[in-house]
Amino acid sequence: MKPETTHWNRQDFPEAARKELAAKPSQDAPFAHSQTRRNVRNATEIIQAKRNAVVAELPEWQDLRAAGAAIRAHTLEHLDHYLLEFEANCTRHGGHVHWAADAAEARKLVLEILAPHAPREILKIKTMTSEEIGLNACLEEHGMHPLETDLAELIIQMGRDRPSHFVVPALHKSRGQIRDLFAREMHRPELSDEPEALAAAARDYLRQKFLSTRVAISGANFLLADTGGVCIVESEGNGRMCLTLPDVLITIVGIEKVLPSFQDLEVFLQTLPRSATGERMNPYNSIWSGTPGNDGPREFHVILLDNGRSPILADDESRQTLRCIRCAACLNTCPVYHQTGGHAYDSVYAGPIGAILTPQLHSMQAAQSLPYASSLCGACYEVCPVAINIPEVLIHLRGKIVEQQQSTVAGSLSLWNIAMKSAAFLMQDGSRLHAAVHLAQAAQRPLVSRNGFIEWLPGMLNGWTKTRDLPALPAESFRDWWRRTRSANSSLQPSAEQPSEPRHD
Amino acid sequence: MLFATEIKRSTQPETPTGSLVRISLFIPCYNDALFPESGKAVVRVLERLGHAVEFRDAQTCCGQMHWNTGYLRETLPILRHFLRVFADAETIVAPSSSCVAMMRDHYRKAAQMDRDPALEREVEALLPRIFEFSEFLVRRLGVEDVGARFTHKVAYHPSCHSARSLHLDTIPLRLLHRVRGLDLVPLANAQECCGFGGTFAIKNADVSSAMLADKVRCVLNSGAEVLTAVDTSCLMHIFGSLHRQRTFVRTAHLAEILACSDDDAGQNSTLAPEQHDASSFGRMVR
Amino acid sequence: MTDDSRARILNRIAAALGRDSSAASSAAAASYAQIARDYRSANANSDRSIRDLFVERLHEYDAACTRVATPADLPAAIAATLAARRLATPAVASGVPREWLPEGCDFPAADSLSVHELDRVPGILTGCTVAIAETGSIVLQSGSGQGLRRHTLIPDFHLCVVLESQLVASVPLAFPRLVPDLPTTFISGPSATADIEMTRIRGVHGPRTLHVLLVAD
Ligand code: SF4
Repeated sequence: MKPETTHWNRQDFPEAARKELAAKPSQDAPFAHSQTRRNVRNATEIIQAKRNAVVAELPEWQDLRAAGAAIRAHTLEHLDHYLLEFEANCTRHGGHVHWAADAAEARKLVLEILAPHAPREILKIKTMTSEEIGLNACLEEHGMHPLETDLAELIIQMGRDRPSHFVVPALHKSRGQIRDLFAREMHRPELSDEPEALAAAARDYLRQKFLSTRVAISGANFLLADTGGVCIVESEGNGRMCLTLPDVLITIVGIEKVLPSFQDLEVFLQTLPRSATGERMNPYNSIWSGTPGNDGPREFHVILLDNGRSPILADDESRQTLRCIRCAACLNTCPVYHQTGGHAYDSVYAGPIGAILTPQLHSMQAAQSLPYASSLCGACYEVCPVAINIPEVLIHLRGKIVEQQQSTVAGSLSLWNIAMKSAAFLMQDGSRLHAAVHLAQAAQRPLVSRNGFIEWLPGMLNGWTKTRDLPALPAESFRDWWRRTRSANSSLQPSAEQPSEPRHD
Repeated sequence: MLFATEIKRSTQPETPTGSLVRISLFIPCYNDALFPESGKAVVRVLERLGHAVEFRDAQTCCGQMHWNTGYLRETLPILRHFLRVFADAETIVAPSSSCVAMMRDHYRKAAQMDRDPALEREVEALLPRIFEFSEFLVRRLGVEDVGARFTHKVAYHPSCHSARSLHLDTIPLRLLHRVRGLDLVPLANAQECCGFGGTFAIKNADVSSAMLADKVRCVLNSGAEVLTAVDTSCLMHIFGSLHRQRTFVRTAHLAEILACSDDDAGQNSTLAPEQHDASSFGRMVR
Repeated sequence: MTDDSRARILNRIAAALGRDSSAASSAAAASYAQIARDYRSANANSDRSIRDLFVERLHEYDAACTRVATPADLPAAIAATLAARRLATPAVASGVPREWLPEGCDFPAADSLSVHELDRVPGILTGCTVAIAETGSIVLQSGSGQGLRRHTLIPDFHLCVVLESQLVASVPLAFPRLVPDLPTTFISGPSATADIEMTRIRGVHGPRTLHVLLVAD
């Protein structure tokens, strides 16, 4: 089983990031930013500031975070139990529960469910699982038109773009860019670029579709085992339209999204909105079980999607990845994401969570550059409402990648491997390190400029000196200074200090 | 509570004692070779406070670079060497928050990899004895005024590990506030990573450079003459760009600022204005 | 296929967790009970009137709110609100008490309206199950006095009566008052989006105006 569509193409992060950074800081324009980067920066800064303010309002935030982590961790440890409980309760309320081991199975299930209804158009609510299984392309191939109803997803769909953020998928677009797109696609040349006007245009465009389309497809934020319930959190009301007006509703959801109890929402309906959009509560949360009488669709299907998730449970260290509630707070705070935006990750799941989730969904056989797409600054862990220690998981996955590389001849002969192995050898003995430092002090001479700095380095270290100087090694290391100025037995007494000798430059 | 303790476990409790302490220095490998002045400054500050300082010649590295790059197995011999060198050290002080964070956040897991209970016990015994320099001054010694004078405009960069892993909070700022003559200026977006991240700066050089450009812009806008932090690694990174751009802003480890005192009138200080040409940080180009 | 996949997924999960899946259920209940719920004891707003907080939060999220002194004043308050907004008679959710409604108006029953008719009524009047001060939310559950979910979705104006006895301080306090199986909607302000340059815009697809009548009872 290979979850084939999580990746759009196979581009390594550094390469993809280089392209996103097209307007790279240079000697002449050290702070140049492209329009896209400005949009990303601006949007993430706004959400982050709002998030920080509403989180600070809750003195119990760390308790909520701990409870959220504990509930999610507990659920994962008993995932089969809770999925079965969900299935029984959802079925009891008239829903149909399906299981899809991978993306192909999920797509096939959707087509089978749709077949008797033969819809020409299908309403869609923003769903990452649909993106993950490449559903839109599949529906188009079968002559059906999926109509994205979330404002941002509509922008993406009309612009034949890719989402760059899984809460605010079009945050890389400015209002001017959106206006041009809507004016063209909705045939409304008079449209202004006021956000209100653009939202009103979307309302007009979709209203009749909502009232007349018979089939909708959604994702879900949570499944509730004890009631067989589904919870969807949204802002615009497009979700409610899709959940309540059509005759048939299909919800595609990752198997990890289940919670033990309806009551557990008291935690996540506090932490998710505050983390995701910086609101105390988002405008609408819908919760329902199966087909509740005359209030909602007559036919309701849940597709439980595995697609590479279950093997992640086996690893005690990285299982926490599946606690994620997709709030995207880790993206908004990530300094790497701020620079590159989401597209550089080349995955449905961008940012820090994407960097750990994507390669794991591929059993570590793809996206190996993503766990290195982080400076390990820890900002993601700090904001994560379910306390996923993303830096720790990143390092763990790097360990797996290194092991993979070392198991091949080419990998073990790679420059990185040799350099790291040699460094490890030096670090096991003070005198070895001491000798190496002396050697380096001598060897650096040809590289040191007149100003005492190294401005160019060869090979893999060249990335450093493209934008940064490196100080040359001083003639005397700390160790040598200590040996020279203190008695040989590393005295515990302060000794009179000699002025240091002049440096070689 | 399980997750609550996990969230906070990197913090040393505040237990100031006035008594004199025997301090064993850990001078991280790159500080030893590249930034000896920061180590010397630590010695000067601690000795000025009357404490006895030793340096164990056999020491090397905490293993952070290997661990963070994914060379987990290769970290173990380095860790074992560290434990051997400092086995009987009473108190270990390191002028590097990222090395201390490496130990607190990862040594337990590293030790578990070898399934050697003795190693795990040694790690448990080590962790309460190791301190980051500023944390040691404030949380362990209870000292905020170390008698320093430094008459420059200074901005403080809260490096990621010091802020998010060691939770140093206001500790370095409290120390800086007590430095005579020092003009502490605010730094915008201070909490954002400078883009160093060890081998990240090489493996993702373009992204790292872009992050650095943002940081450097904030540093220049702050109007500071000197940027300080408790990690020379981040400072090396930031200064690399400041220097490339031919700016006049210097970088200095917090200890180097605290080492400047009235008594020595800048004599011993690498950062004293008349001497900064000789400092590894201070050389100006123009 | 799905039965196959069902077994396959369940087996994979059990194998990944290193145990036999059938053994799980009693262990799950025991460990679930261990989860610390310290957040429940938090009482951040104890020093404030939750009524004032609720009103403040409604305003912050662009909802209107009018305080009503007693339930007997409701008909006049409803009439005044409609008049001030120059709105004709809205539809009313079935089960809304007769005594709330002003005399002499003929309120169409929401239950009798098709979705297209709902699209043309000037508004909808409902009650709620519980309201949450801290987040400025009203919670509606399908059924008596609260209508079906589409009733509070398609019309452009939602007039919601909240009795003070229905108001709680925080999210955890709201849950015990809810019937878990019923279709439930948390509504916090009018529909909104921030998808365009993070500017909060009121009213996309749901009602563009939410007006709460908060009644002392
Ligand atoms: S990893 Fe944490 S912060 Fe990131 S999206 Fe998931 S829940 Fe949110």
